[in-house]
Amino acid sequence: MAFDDPRPNPDALLLRLQEQDVARLRGRLRIYFGANAGVGKTYAMLSAAQQAHQAGREVLVGVVETHGRQETAALLQGLEQLPLRQLPYRGRSLPEFDLDAALACKPAVLLVDELAHTNVEGSRHPKRWQDVQELLAAGIEVWSAINVQHLESLNGTVGAITGIRVLETVPDTLLDSADEIILVDVTPDELTARLQAGKVYRPQQAARAEQNFFRKGNLIALREIALRRTAEHVEDDVRSYRIEQSGPSGSASGLPPVWNTSGAILACIGPHEGAAQTVRTAARLAGQLNVRWYAAYVETPLLQRLQAAERDRILTVLQLAETLGADTAVLTGSVIADALVRQAQTLNCAMLVVGHSRPPPAWQFWRRWAPTLTRQLATLAPTLDVLEVGGSPSTRRLARAWLPNDTDGETHSGVWQPYAAAVGGALLVTLLALPLANRLDLANIVMLFLVAVVLVAVRYGRGAAALAAVLNVAAFDFFFVPPRFSFAVSDVQYLVTFVVMLAIGLLTGQLTAGLRFSASIAASRERRAQALFDLTRELSAALLTSQVVEIGQAAVQRLFTQVEGVAFDPVKGGKVMVLVAEHPAEGTDQLRLPPLLPHDFDAGIAAWVLRTGHSAGLATTTLPAHPWHCVPLQAPMRVRGVLALKPSQARWLLIPEQQQLLQTLARQIAIALERVHYVEVAQEAVVHMESERLRNTLLAAISHDVRTPLTALMGLAETLQTSQPPLTPAQAESAQAMVVQARELSALVSNLLDMARLQNGSVALRSEWQSVEELVGTAIRAAGPALRGQPVDTDIPADLPLVEFDAVLMERVLVNLLENASKYGAAPIRVTARTTPTSLVLAVRDHGPGLPPKLRGREAELFEKFTRGSTESATPGVGLGLAICKAIVDVHRGQITAANAPNGGAEFTVTLPRRPAPELS
Amino acid sequence: MTHPVAVLIEDEPHIRRFVRSALEAEGWQVFEADTAKQGLTEAGTRKPDLLVLDLGLPDGDGLEVLRDVRGWSAVPIIVLSARSHEADKIAALDAGADDYLTKPFGVGELLARVRANLRRPRVATAEGMGDPDPVFRFGAVEVDRTARLVRRNGSEVHLTPIEYRLLCVLVANAGRVLTHRQLLREVWGPAHTQQSHYLRIHMGHLRQKLEADPAQPVHLLTETAVGYRLLVQL
Repeated sequence: MAFDDPRPNPDALLLRLQEQDVARLRGRLRIYFGANAGVGKTYAMLSAAQQAHQAGREVLVGVVETHGRQETAALLQGLEQLPLRQLPYRGRSLPEFDLDAALACKPAVLLVDELAHTNVEGSRHPKRWQDVQELLAAGIEVWSAINVQHLESLNGTVGAITGIRVLETVPDTLLDSADEIILVDVTPDELTARLQAGKVYRPQQAARAEQNFFRKGNLIALREIALRRTAEHVEDDVRSYRIEQSGPSGSASGLPPVWNTSGAILACIGPHEGAAQTVRTAARLAGQLNVRWYAAYVETPLLQRLQAAERDRILTVLQLAETLGADTAVLTGSVIADALVRQAQTLNCAMLVVGHSRPPPAWQFWRRWAPTLTRQLATLAPTLDVLEVGGSPSTRRLARAWLPNDTDGETHSGVWQPYAAAVGGALLVTLLALPLANRLDLANIVMLFLVAVVLVAVRYGRGAAALAAVLNVAAFDFFFVPPRFSFAVSDVQYLVTFVVMLAIGLLTGQLTAGLRFSASIAASRERRAQALFDLTRELSAALLTSQVVEIGQAAVQRLFTQVEGVAFDPVKGGKVMVLVAEHPAEGTDQLRLPPLLPHDFDAGIAAWVLRTGHSAGLATTTLPAHPWHCVPLQAPMRVRGVLALKPSQARWLLIPEQQQLLQTLARQIAIALERVHYVEVAQEAVVHMESERLRNTLLAAISHDVRTPLTALMGLAETLQTSQPPLTPAQAESAQAMVVQARELSALVSNLLDMARLQNGSVALRSEWQSVEELVGTAIRAAGPALRGQPVDTDIPADLPLVEFDAVLMERVLVNLLENASKYGAAPIRVTARTTPTSLVLAVRDHGPGLPPKLRGREAELFEKFTRGSTESATPGVGLGLAICKAIVDVHRGQITAANAPNGGAEFTVTLPRRPAPELS
Repeated sequence: MTHPVAVLIEDEPHIRRFVRSALEAEGWQVFEADTAKQGLTEAGTRKPDLLVLDLGLPDGDGLEVLRDVRGWSAVPIIVLSARSHEADKIAALDAGADDYLTKPFGVGELLARVRANLRRPRVATAEGMGDPDPVFRFGAVEVDRTARLVRRNGSEVHLTPIEYRLLCVLVANAGRVLTHRQLLREVWGPAHTQQSHYLRIHMGHLRQKLEADPAQPVHLLTETAVGYRLLVQL
């Protein structure tokens, strides 16, 4: 094993980089780890919480078990506690940790004691450690506590030492992924003393505990295991640290350990009782060696005939392996060792962990000569390490978790048919052969019987073949072998005939069964591929979300009923729903629910699946009591919806292959939904662009149509002034007024059109590096007529750098401000410009009366449309000027403010963001 | 004395009327056209000294007329446009227009532009070859192109070579709007037509050296988002 290699494994580094993104958002997990109850984990946790609280961190006690210990309870004082939720359970109400309230509070640190606790039925997750995982995923730091006997992989070992079964377990991966493990340790003598002092349990319990669990031998052993386990974690930390130090991957605190991809471990699950122990051992080994691990079950023709209960146990063990961090698979093949070696080579495994094969029962004497699985593996792949795990006597029975008790009546219809065929075959051959008995040799008669056996074997398989062989031998013996019509045999050599016939029957049956098994696997694989291909083709033709939903629902139903042969019968209550998510705005994804929801469907679970992107409901770890299985429709960009299934039987959901198939289907549907979504987005964009183009054309037309007559009006009025003979003074004044009014009207139209453009966001910002001096110069020049000769002071440093903005728009801003200053204020008008490293500050101030007093404190209202300093004033303008200024400055991501200047007069300040100007090359 | 000839291409009769009377008051002989086609005929037959062209004509784009006329004549062309979009102005100037007026405009503005464009020396070279007076004056500034000297209020002003070249291009096109592109091409060469920030910085330096108040220039004017103009008379 090369895990001490100082060079970082590139795969591991890549994995670490990917995990960093996840880890950055994930809350930290601190675990107080102890060998036993009573070592003081809760006490240590609360002491630390008090310190954190005093240091100013927001600490919330989610749930803490004081077990009636005074000193511990005293430590709770001053800490904020989350009220427990009361859950109704069998007529009583039980207090339970309130996960949703904790998620809503989002404290900096949350205390959740008793990590191994089993939640009251009806909670979201069956186990408290699953609550903790959701809290961590929500970015909340969690402090928790656990004893060594609750660790899944150590469960068997501890059970063997103490003789006591512990039913509440926590997967080791949780401990491994903890950011901090704090070992709370006391010596066995001190613990015993504490127990006797009544500090651990109340006196009557204490006496019982001391005799059973708290024997000194137990305490020493448990302490050793706890110390060792902590040391393993520390070693992981050291290794991770060294890998980090050797590579530039940066800080990676709070990460689950990196798995080496080479030298992985493959655990082989058999139908026997010890499989769970095999899995636990493999998990522990993988943890110690810091390698990835897998679990596989090989389904052979022989194992296909297992009882439902045994098949369930295999599924449960596979699930156990998954919780312990393995990737699982169900393989098919006629020889177990072959399939395992192939899988090990595919997955790049260096070690196989198999259960200790017990010797077969005495009556199966022939199996004693067959090589054991270990031997077969050693022969097939001499380079693989094979570890045989002994069964532990204290292995507790695995609960059939995550599946409600459903009556899985997989009826084997037509089971009797092959045997009837065997009987019929024997009868038929006998009847055929009877008339020929005198004409044919017995050796040839035997051939007829043999043909019947082979035919039955080929057609009906092993069981029927065996029966046919026995029946045919009997019939041949009874009707043909002298003495006829008796089972007695006169000539011993017929025994050879019987044995050969029996052997051929059994052998043919065996061969046929194997062939048929392979053929059926190949056929089902082909059907599956075909069904997926069909689905992809149908989905690719869908153009509407509703079509995708329909096709998806139909495909899931069809694939699982027809192709996979698992009963997913709509008649028996099987249902499929595809719920599509809507994304009205960022972070507000919602499910579009059909108007008629099935009464037993909980929309809250679907919403949770959409939010978290994890499966929930039936056959998962989240709300397993719910009759629906909800799978997220995870597309590359986001979760596009939820696939909800209510199968009439639940077992198939646990089979890894079916799960993978379901995931594939969900992904196909999700991708189709995303594609349709983007088609819609693109269509919207086209419509938007089209309407935009129309609007711009319209604005341009209005602008042209209004300006042309205005030009004529202005020009003609001016011509009038210079006409011969000269106008009378009154006429000249009228002509001058016409010119001025036409100019005003033109400015007003420009303002309205500009506002319309700015409002619908159709103004494209043409930012360029501009000189502020030029901007001010052109603005003063453009505002010229409106300034009526009032002087404008400028204060612009000669070395002001270039700033990026749209010169035309910013000129509008300054012109409007200058016009306002001239209209409402008084000379001198002063324009100043300054830069800070990140901004440009332009100010226009006048020396007039300043802002109207009624606007004081509400200066922002000035920039709203149609607001003017004093209503009904004689000064022309509609009050659009400042609104346009604000709109333009907003487009530049700047700010515009109004205030009264210290020495009287109004001051308008424009602040634009700026970045360093380009160098002259 | 013969009157100078102006051709006015504009489809709006009222605008034609006042432009015509304004020009006639200045002593021009004005020929009118209300379509692009007729305008081209007039421009081709009347040998005009000035062309006033509306860009929005009913039978075609004024830009096409502009390009056509520029194909065979150097006559000063002043463009009238109702569009305030700077891109249109730049397109017209790059296509060979000498100046532009955005509607609505006053008679005074029109006549000022006409005068400015007629006064410009006909030979538009930076060296001023054949120019009778090698010393060009605007305001308090004298540009002596033979001695390569620039004086302001009589005292010599030191210009960098780029500033001097820029000034010479402006002087050669005095009164006329030069787009950023045209200026960059003339001063820096055809490879630098996109770096208009060069222009802004050097123009800023020129103003600091030649204008009384660089923030409110009277000669070296900026045409926002279009280009620059050297305004000679006030």
